[in-house]
Amino acid sequence: MDSLTILIVKRLAFGLLTLFVISVLILLGVEMLPGDLAQALLGQQATQESLAAIRLELGLDQPLHVRYFDWLGNILQWDLGTSLANRREVADLIGTRLANTLFLASNAAIIAVPLSIFLGMLAALYRDSLFDKIISMTTLMTISVPEFLVAYILIVFLSVEFSIFPSMADWSSNAGFWERLYAVFLPVMTLVLVVVAHMMRLTRAAIINVLTRPYIETAQLKGMKRSWVIMYHALPNALAPIINVVVINLAYLVVGVVVVEVVFVYPGLGQLMVDSVSKRDLPVVQASGLIFASTYVMLNLTADILSIIANPRLRHPM
Amino acid sequence: MSRLLTMRNLVIEGFQEEQWGDIVLGVDVHVDRGEVLGLIGESGAGKSTIGIASMGFCRPGCRIVSGSIRFGDIELTSASDRELRKIRGLRVSYVAQSAAASFNPAHRLIRQYAEAPVKHGIMSRAEAEKDARELYRRFDLPNPDTIGNRYPHQVSGGQLQRAMVAMAMACKPDLVVFDEPTTALDVTTQIEVLAAIKGAIKDLNSAAIYISHDLAVVSQVADRIMVLRHGKLVEEGGTREMLANPEQDYTRALLSVRKGRAEKIEHPDRSKSLLEVSEVTAAYGDGVLVLQDINLKLTRGKTVAVVGESGSGKSTLARVITGLLPPIKGNIVFDGKELPARFSDRSKEMLRHLQLIYQMPDVSLNPHQKIHEILGRPLEFYFGMRGEEKRKRVADLMEHIELPERYINRFPSELSGGEKQRVCIARALAAEPDMIICDEVTSALDQLVAEDILKLLQRLQNQLSVSYLFITHDLATVKAISDEIVVMLQGRVVEHGSRDEILTPPHHEYTELLLASVPEMDPDWLDNLLDTRVGALLREGPASEHAGKS
Amino acid sequence: MITNIAKTFLKAPRSAQLGFIIIAINLFALAFAPALAPFTETEIIGKVWEPGIWAMDCSEEAIELHGACWSQLNDDRMDGKAWLGTDHIGRDLFTRLLYGARNTISIALVITGLSFLVGMTFGFLAATMRGWVDQIISRMVDILMAFPTLIFALIVLSVAGTSIPVLIVVIALLDSTRVFRLSRAVAMDITVMEFVEVARVRGEKLMWVMWREILPSTLPPLVAEFGLRFCFVFLFISALSFLGLGLQPPTADWGSMVKENSGAISFGVYNPLIPAAAIAFLTIGINLVVDWFLRKAAGLREEY
Repeated sequence: MDSLTILIVKRLAFGLLTLFVISVLILLGVEMLPGDLAQALLGQQATQESLAAIRLELGLDQPLHVRYFDWLGNILQWDLGTSLANRREVADLIGTRLANTLFLASNAAIIAVPLSIFLGMLAALYRDSLFDKIISMTTLMTISVPEFLVAYILIVFLSVEFSIFPSMADWSSNAGFWERLYAVFLPVMTLVLVVVAHMMRLTRAAIINVLTRPYIETAQLKGMKRSWVIMYHALPNALAPIINVVVINLAYLVVGVVVVEVVFVYPGLGQLMVDSVSKRDLPVVQASGLIFASTYVMLNLTADILSIIANPRLRHPM
Repeated sequence: MSRLLTMRNLVIEGFQEEQWGDIVLGVDVHVDRGEVLGLIGESGAGKSTIGIASMGFCRPGCRIVSGSIRFGDIELTSASDRELRKIRGLRVSYVAQSAAASFNPAHRLIRQYAEAPVKHGIMSRAEAEKDARELYRRFDLPNPDTIGNRYPHQVSGGQLQRAMVAMAMACKPDLVVFDEPTTALDVTTQIEVLAAIKGAIKDLNSAAIYISHDLAVVSQVADRIMVLRHGKLVEEGGTREMLANPEQDYTRALLSVRKGRAEKIEHPDRSKSLLEVSEVTAAYGDGVLVLQDINLKLTRGKTVAVVGESGSGKSTLARVITGLLPPIKGNIVFDGKELPARFSDRSKEMLRHLQLIYQMPDVSLNPHQKIHEILGRPLEFYFGMRGEEKRKRVADLMEHIELPERYINRFPSELSGGEKQRVCIARALAAEPDMIICDEVTSALDQLVAEDILKLLQRLQNQLSVSYLFITHDLATVKAISDEIVVMLQGRVVEHGSRDEILTPPHHEYTELLLASVPEMDPDWLDNLLDTRVGALLREGPASEHAGKS
Repeated sequence: MITNIAKTFLKAPRSAQLGFIIIAINLFALAFAPALAPFTETEIIGKVWEPGIWAMDCSEEAIELHGACWSQLNDDRMDGKAWLGTDHIGRDLFTRLLYGARNTISIALVITGLSFLVGMTFGFLAATMRGWVDQIISRMVDILMAFPTLIFALIVLSVAGTSIPVLIVVIALLDSTRVFRLSRAVAMDITVMEFVEVARVRGEKLMWVMWREILPSTLPPLVAEFGLRFCFVFLFISALSFLGLGLQPPTADWGSMVKENSGAISFGVYNPLIPAAAIAFLTIGINLVVDWFLRKAAGLREEY
């Protein structure tokens, strides 16, 4: 095996290990905490019978490793248990909400990724120009501001003062694609603003870093055009860091939806998870936590593997 | 001959520490067609800035303030971007010091070769690549037909530098600017590259500007030499005339720089053995042996020079002796006692007697400590000195290294490179050691400064009778300071003996190669050398293969 | 000391000066909240969402717009001191804002401090000891970092319930992984420097080397990181509180103040934007200072 394959295999193995540890932590982390879980869930007034019932339901009478593998096996078959709060199947609860969240996040990603790479390249090219300064000031402000403030400012301007877009991102079940797109416009915009700021700053830094390398000077001294220098000499080398930036921000996006969904009362997985945390509805929290965490891990894994592949030194070993 | 390039009263400024400062102060330069001009000077002379300005280029943070640069009939200072692009790469090309950094890691060598001729529209890709292969063959690169398909990191340093020279020749330019193209290379590799450069210039009959800090190297290729200092011209003249009859003191100093040998005083107690290294074998984490069966003896008050090229293991030897890298086998006896392998197992006294001075004074002094703290700490640590006593001893040390006492309240960043290295020497002396290991202590310094440091070290040895283990790649340094010489190659000792034994023939084959590779202040040296046995040896390339790789 | 601070301040660029002023205002509010506040933290002084001093205009249209006018409110219990109006149950927003500064900033400071203590200790240890110590700590941190912080916090809070000590420990632990990464990397860069080797070969003790030789050189990047981590933690707590899982009522806290009052926005009452803006104000201030500091440090060293 060449070193590239070995690196990728190593990274994959680490990704799997991480997923395993996360699943263990999510299920068993519950056990490590002090106190009786059943008691904590039902409160001090709970009767012995109801305590025993909930123990049975949660499988608390089984040994730990048995419960872990049962749970894992069920999850792999998309059997996520029943909600403690309303007795519904967790899989049913999560199904449509997961789709909604993905709809929101992917719309934001489709706009944010090209936009931020484009703006980042422009800012790097015209470094220290007025454009660059305005952009870096704006993005500095944006990353300093909590997501909910961005969301509320958008609501104030685009929904309350000028009623262009709805502030509540909800739709009837038979709404068409365009109707849904219209409904999620504000939450998507919020996510785009926040993610673009991060991604653009990092893209700019990555390109500037490459532009200071001696081989860029070599190309200039060969009389090459600026656009050619950027496309042929800078970009192939900036690719690995840019891919990294993009995917890491996508991972951030997955988590960032939680707050945005709450602001816009959007029927997504994030809101479900927050609601379940306050209700201490553990099966739902565990399932949605696992989904979020694994998406995050997978995206980071993709980022690492892509940037390993994009590195010419690793792609063409000695 | 017709005039190719004329620079008149050129003034260039650079932005440093929040203000503009002069780099080049009104220099006139001209180059005729087919002529090779050598630009020589120490760091800060502005030679590189002038070289690159001949392409109408200024590095970021620099600006051309006034003066004119005429290339052919084009005025470069007022030329448009388009006009400049039509000259760069096509009529003037550039060879940088580090080919490893100057080749784009993402593209194959031959693609980068073909880039300029194809983009400037003078030949097709196929023609350019055919030319490339011919040039690679002309420059003695291994596998000339396929080496172009490699990526830069897959080729050794000396080969890459030759590929860079080939690339600069791709459009058969009128002028090539060589910016210290051999400085980062080992001496034996330097010769291969120098030979390639000389051949290339001759084949194409193109003009060149050759920039270097090393007069001996420049005199191999240049027809005419300009000596620069602090952005001004010191002296200008034909190479042979200048070497024979330098007019200025500064040029004379540069000329004599490699010839001297410091004066030695013999001490009566210089017979006792101080350090004995026997059968030492060492490896880094990956298990590859870096040192194999090294034997070495050092007598009190004497200097042993360990000489070798990169990858010879000479610096590793220093780390083994100081206990930073415990050897796999073998032992080290110091002053009659066996030293524990790890420095952390050695007693304070053992540590005190063996001190170390490094190559880079910048990183061997803590930037956050003042000079008196740096010098005071070993006094406090080893001798428990405090207050007035310590202050006096620090002043004493400052006198030893010939620095004014007021410097003790400065930070290292407020000192020049040579001054910093003196402080490092003083810090080693503060421990009152029997032996100091000097690891390439002069290689980061300008030649004249380096020579002063060598003189200082010799004077200190005469006064204090301290022994030196002198690790270096530079044979001039070895000649200047050593009593005994150890020659290393690929982790083994090739030859060792007294200075005179090693330096007078017959030599071991590798020693001969090393000695012969040191450029001399003779314009015919390179040509003569290539005709000799050593030249043939070099073409076989056993030394270059190992030397270039690392 | 004071003259030094004054000098640094005067020499800094405008943006950094602005940042310093913002931080100073916040620290002042944190220190003197009870003295500055016109009311107590939980006191109900008026009706829901009364306007603040922006509603000076007592013309009919203005009252129509704001629901009331400020000068008329003066006669009530508010006594002309409720500059920023009232919240969703009629408490003084300005008072809540001052106490909120105190609660949120001090908790964020405690968390950041704790995470630096843990992160730096392990980071320096890993960098100086190397070998298996470094391997074990680093791999554990890798796994912890692969976990999205917010999700991890949500899971722990759902099991352990929302309480301030749990909040502090969880966030500090998660955050210390980032501090560990940086301090390890920075210390690694320094430990390979020859002046550190000189000290070790001289025979100096490990503690002395870490304290006297390594620490001073690592300070600039770590100080800058402290600012950035503080912002992150501060925004994070605010986000948790906004989700209703952070500091619990009736404790004043900027994030939960936004949440509690968020209903007002659709009525065109923008009171909840005030605490949200306060959060942004502080983090922008810190970022301005950090930005300047990093630029200044980059002039001295490379890399960071």
